[in-house]
Amino acid sequence: MSRPAPMSPLARRLLYLLPVLAFAALAAWLALALRPDRDPSLLPSAMIGKPAPAFDLPALLPERPGVSSQDLKGKVVLLNFFASWCVPCRAEQPVLMRIAAEEKLPIYGIAYKDKPEAARAFLAELGNPFGRLAVDESGRTAIDFGLYGVPETYVIDKTGVIRFRHVGPLDPETLARTVLPLVAELGK
Amino acid sequence: MRAGQVKPAAALLLLLLLAAAPAGAVEPSEMLPDPALEARARTISREIRCLVCQNENIDDSGAELAADLRRLVRERLTAGDSDRQVRDFLVARYGDYVLLRPPVEPRTWLLWFGPPALLALAGLGLLWQWRRRRAAAPPPPLDAGERQALDRLLQDEAGAGRG
Amino acid sequence: MIPELGHFALVLAFLLAIAQSILPLVGAARRDPRLMATARPAAEGQMLFIALAFAALTWSFVTSDFSVAVVAHNSHSTKPLLYQIAGVWGNHEGSLLLWVSILAVFGLSVAWFGGNLPPPLKARVLAVQGMIAVGFIAFMLFASNPFARLLPAPPDGEGLNPILQDPGLAMHPPMLYLGYVGFSMAFSFAVAALIEGKVDAAWARWVRPWTLAAWVALTLGIALGSHWAYYTLGWGGWWYWDPVENASLMPWLSGTALLHSAIVVEKRDALKSWTILLAIATFALSLIGTFLVRSGVLTSVHSFAVDPARGMFILGLLVATIGGSLTLFAIRAPTLQGGGLFAPISREGGLVLNNLLLAVACATVLGGTLYPLLLDLIGGGTVSVGAPYFDRTFGPLMALLAVALPVGPMLAWKRGDLAGALGRLWAALLAAAAAFAIGWWIRGGPLPALCGLALGGWLLVGSLVELVERLRPGRGLGQAWQRARSLPRAAYGMTLAHAGLAVAILGITGASAWKGEVIRIMHPGESVSLAGVDYRFDGVEPAVGANYRVERGRFTASRDGRTIAVLTPERRFYPVQQQTTTGAALHTTLLNDLYAVLGEPDGKGGWTVRIYDQPLVPLLWIGFLIMALGGVVSLSDRRLRVGAPQRARRAAALPAAAPP
Repeated sequence: MSRPAPMSPLARRLLYLLPVLAFAALAAWLALALRPDRDPSLLPSAMIGKPAPAFDLPALLPERPGVSSQDLKGKVVLLNFFASWCVPCRAEQPVLMRIAAEEKLPIYGIAYKDKPEAARAFLAELGNPFGRLAVDESGRTAIDFGLYGVPETYVIDKTGVIRFRHVGPLDPETLARTVLPLVAELGK
Repeated sequence: MRAGQVKPAAALLLLLLLAAAPAGAVEPSEMLPDPALEARARTISREIRCLVCQNENIDDSGAELAADLRRLVRERLTAGDSDRQVRDFLVARYGDYVLLRPPVEPRTWLLWFGPPALLALAGLGLLWQWRRRRAAAPPPPLDAGERQALDRLLQDEAGAGRG
Repeated sequence: MIPELGHFALVLAFLLAIAQSILPLVGAARRDPRLMATARPAAEGQMLFIALAFAALTWSFVTSDFSVAVVAHNSHSTKPLLYQIAGVWGNHEGSLLLWVSILAVFGLSVAWFGGNLPPPLKARVLAVQGMIAVGFIAFMLFASNPFARLLPAPPDGEGLNPILQDPGLAMHPPMLYLGYVGFSMAFSFAVAALIEGKVDAAWARWVRPWTLAAWVALTLGIALGSHWAYYTLGWGGWWYWDPVENASLMPWLSGTALLHSAIVVEKRDALKSWTILLAIATFALSLIGTFLVRSGVLTSVHSFAVDPARGMFILGLLVATIGGSLTLFAIRAPTLQGGGLFAPISREGGLVLNNLLLAVACATVLGGTLYPLLLDLIGGGTVSVGAPYFDRTFGPLMALLAVALPVGPMLAWKRGDLAGALGRLWAALLAAAAAFAIGWWIRGGPLPALCGLALGGWLLVGSLVELVERLRPGRGLGQAWQRARSLPRAAYGMTLAHAGLAVAILGITGASAWKGEVIRIMHPGESVSLAGVDYRFDGVEPAVGANYRVERGRFTASRDGRTIAVLTPERRFYPVQQQTTTGAALHTTLLNDLYAVLGEPDGKGGWTVRIYDQPLVPLLWIGFLIMALGGVVSLSDRRLRVGAPQRARRAAALPAAAPP
């Protein structure tokens, strides 16, 4: 039986160490992935830093005017996509009501694929924080914003550029930690 | 088999049913009248990710957003966009995540070129290792004839040494 | 009461597993026969108590005991019995119990049938098995208790997702787990060999049956899952490159490589370290798969409930088992004596090429699956890696493998004659050309599909050529027949497995290239035509099933006026889950599938109908079955049967005091 030519012993040892080192790197990476704040189904927005798409949506209810991209300019605005058939949307309504009452921040709402009667009932039950309220029946404007589900909330600056998006119901913590400071910053 | 008889020679009649929540793909009402455009739409759709599903493309998915995106793709094609423009349209709104075929750019070079590079490197490594072994391997053992010749030589040498 | 007994049994099994991990290991180190002998009763006890625990959980499901949390979350009183039983493993906790049960069965098999293993090796193998059991049972006891109670008990359960109420899918997890856990045996053997510091032909011989059994089970498990997706999801797809599908494919690829490299260890005493590494890697990939399904780091249709805490536990298990074994590898493997030299062009060289391609393919699947996650973590943004990527990277690698496959077995050991081997494969080349021509004549293209047919023909006939050559028909048919009968079964197994792959390649080609479809709204009485078959829609009638309501469509398929089939696709409504499911009706012949799906009604008397023509697709399933059959045939080879011939020989050799 012929003996294999020895590689330098150090090289040989290193070669055999490769698998365990590679595995260690992988395990570290996977451990990072397990951070509780990480949700693999949350998608970062591709529209951050881009101007809000041009749109002009009709009013959902006679009580409030509709929303167009022009209305987003000149001030910092919170744009909220919701639907009466969306269960998590109910959870964020109190937060939006509080913003409407306490903050000097206009909130505009866009009802995604919704019907006037159903939306009216929803708002009657949970409150109407929206200065302007439109309906996107086809969902095309929502797609132009890069929306993939409701609710989603966008922060839009004075020039009409999208600065932030929150997916899911807006919770008080995100509001306090991220949204309000950003709004204050943009308002200067 | 006589004419008129039911035919299945090696046939198995399987009736299997089961569950998938909406199993829908393209609906007849979405399909474009122009078959060439429709074919392009199908091909593009197969590479667009359904964002509210788990790893499905919009051609296969029954989700409402998938249907919306299918309609959008067809609208853009009807408006004259090229395949690439349709994809860019979606990427502008949803990011590269919406493409099931990742773009080839520096951050995905490892992904795309890794497999062939790995194959080449490993193959070369194996060949190199084989060369090394062969170079340092001891010569093959002597066979009978060679051994006899060696003995004779050694005897001669010993004899010559004594003499 | 019974769930508590089950829980208690699990605790006892845990304690026994701890004992099994430690005592035999110490015994092997000290060469103490009594300590080594503790392995067997420990394994037996573990099996007993785990069986009791499994029985207790099954009882809870079958009697619909909704005070047990998993039963309440996953079952329902109206569920048919088969699915009540399948529900035991259709959830996270129960599936872990199934895992551990199969682990115990394998351990017991080694304890009972591993008579010809040298005692220290057997003791070490059982000890490593025990360690794995400790890890998984601990996971159950501390983080995923199947017997946790839900009080007050709800009046009825939440039901099993209708998707999972299918006979094929009921068997899919047990088959997969037989595979994953079976590879734990190869892992245990590898670690035991590393501890002992010895890997030789005998070791390779002992590892083979376990690896083969696991491989067969995994092949069938993957095939079952794939076939289920095909007839369930409604448009004839059979593989989606979903992360959890990939998680089952990777151990399969690695396991196949392991099977082949073990041959080189056995025959030529070479590739030892690599084989050990493969055995560790295959099990590691099984564990990584478990991690991906249960931790929530990736989105997947298969994911059990997302829970990062569980993910951490599994990751800990991973680090302990794989990190530990790879460290052991780094330390001990360099001392393994390398074996025979061989030329690159040789049978060993062919097997090395096989391993190279399979390993790169496996790495590609792993890389593709994890890339989005890893890129995102380093701030590189989000990308998706789906079928278009894998088709372009994995496909060519497998194609290369299929091209090289028939050549390998035709080469001699140590140094082969490539030109000669290729020359002897003229029949296979002819078959490739013929397949290409037939495809071109019938379909005309596309080119990649014709090449796929050629590849299938090349591989199919190439595998047969090798077998025929072995029989040496040139020396007369009588002699050939004699040789055929005395040929070891493993030879037939190999031919079957390779031929099965060829048949599957033909199926894949058909499924990818020539699927025909018609999607339209049809009213009863209308007909539509696809690929020479006329489909007349006869209407829809309602019916009632065990736990669902049904709308059953009826299609009469005929060719040239002669009825060939009646297809009855169904739309089912499950009131418990408030879910509607759509299923396909299939008419399967050897070379074709007719496939009909009933969609939604349009409210005006019409229905959305999808009809597909799937040429060659049945060959895909047939191919998988043939591959698995090849594995089974190989397993039945007498030389691999643990115990029987060796015992007889040993009894005869006893007076001479032959070493074990």
